[in-house]
Amino acid sequence: MNTAVPAQTQAADRREYALRLGDNALILGQRLSEWCGHGPFLEEDIALTNLSLDLIGQAQLLLDLAASQVPDDPFSDADKLAYLRDAHQFRNALLVEQPNGDFAHTILRQYLMDVHDEKLYSALASSQWPALADIARKVLKEIRYHKQHSGDWLHRLGQGTEESHARLQKALDDLWFYTPELFESDALNQRLQEAGVAPDMADIERQWRSEVEPAIQQAGLRLPESGWRATGGKKGHHSEHLGYILAEMQFLQRAYPGCEW
Amino acid sequence: MTTAQDTGTRQRPDAATVRRWLAVVTDPEIPVLSLEDLGVLRDIHWQDDTLMVVISPTYTGCPAMDRMRADIEATLRAKGVEKLHIREQLQPPWTTDWITGKGLAALQAYGIAPPRRSGEVRCPQCGSANTTLISRFGSTACKAMHKCEDCLEPFDHFKCH
Ligand SMILES: [Zn+2]
Repeated sequence: MNTAVPAQTQAADRREYALRLGDNALILGQRLSEWCGHGPFLEEDIALTNLSLDLIGQAQLLLDLAASQVPDDPFSDADKLAYLRDAHQFRNALLVEQPNGDFAHTILRQYLMDVHDEKLYSALASSQWPALADIARKVLKEIRYHKQHSGDWLHRLGQGTEESHARLQKALDDLWFYTPELFESDALNQRLQEAGVAPDMADIERQWRSEVEPAIQQAGLRLPESGWRATGGKKGHHSEHLGYILAEMQFLQRAYPGCEW
Repeated sequence: MTTAQDTGTRQRPDAATVRRWLAVVTDPEIPVLSLEDLGVLRDIHWQDDTLMVVISPTYTGCPAMDRMRADIEATLRAKGVEKLHIREQLQPPWTTDWITGKGLAALQAYGIAPPRRSGEVRCPQCGSANTTLISRFGSTACKAMHKCEDCLEPFDHFKCH
């Protein structure tokens, strides 16, 4: 790993930012893994678990990066961060911890995240933080492939049968108000943006909207009216769903600390 | 068992020799491909008394990478290398353009359609280009599933990446 760090950034800020990125990948990857053996048909079962594997690989790179910022961090590697933190220490957006629901819910959530990830990591590829830029350029190739898959399904389900269309519209109505949180910018984002480490999230949101909104219309769906919006993940305020995810994901390390195989 | 003093005076194998030794290390999921053929082996050099082996990971979550690291280590230890460091390098990202001509031919012979820059996917059984995608994802991170419309055989395609 390139250990050079950008001037004028604090180790704690870099750790926190890498956690936000890594936790989004980890929790979405863990959610997708629940489809293993439950996919609507064999090929899609394999596809969803392949997506899961890529995301967990990405999480490992990002969480190792987070773990290496602060000297004597008690969470000294990706495994400790994934398996030993409590829910309030996770920094993922609420969207990725939402239950899978039906296939339409899973695919829609995936599409919304794939476009977000593509725009964000494209910007991070020129980050002033070399280790993060390296990871961004590596994972972008995987993210673009994921987006082709979820984008195709968005169209197929939206323009498919009455049933598939209705389910996809329901998913959109349920999940749309979790998306503003993805683009929230707080003091940490501002500091890292000034240091050239992270992009302007308003710009990422514009790019995301200009791709997602036409795609939703072309799928024959209607955007939900503005209303409530979910927030809190970056501060560690999660829905009750995260606790259940961690209970399953962390069971082994909690029951048998340090176990390896 | 040799002592540290012995290694200091013993002749160090050069990079070309180490590459030859590593030719036996293959992708555990596609055993006809050596690491060199796969384009994963980026660099071999000595840094003081430590042999540095630099590899590029294929897919970030590919479990085969752990096996490859372990196999590199076991192979070099068996050849008497004591100080060894295997480093993963993300930049530039691995691409299927780095698979050697020998590797592409080995894939084809093994029944996996090799990645082609043109994007064309030819049936490894009958050579027909009249093929359709069944699924973008397959049994490993690097493969997709296709079907030949001429001989009707399904087959794996090593995805362009
Ligand atoms: Zn054929």
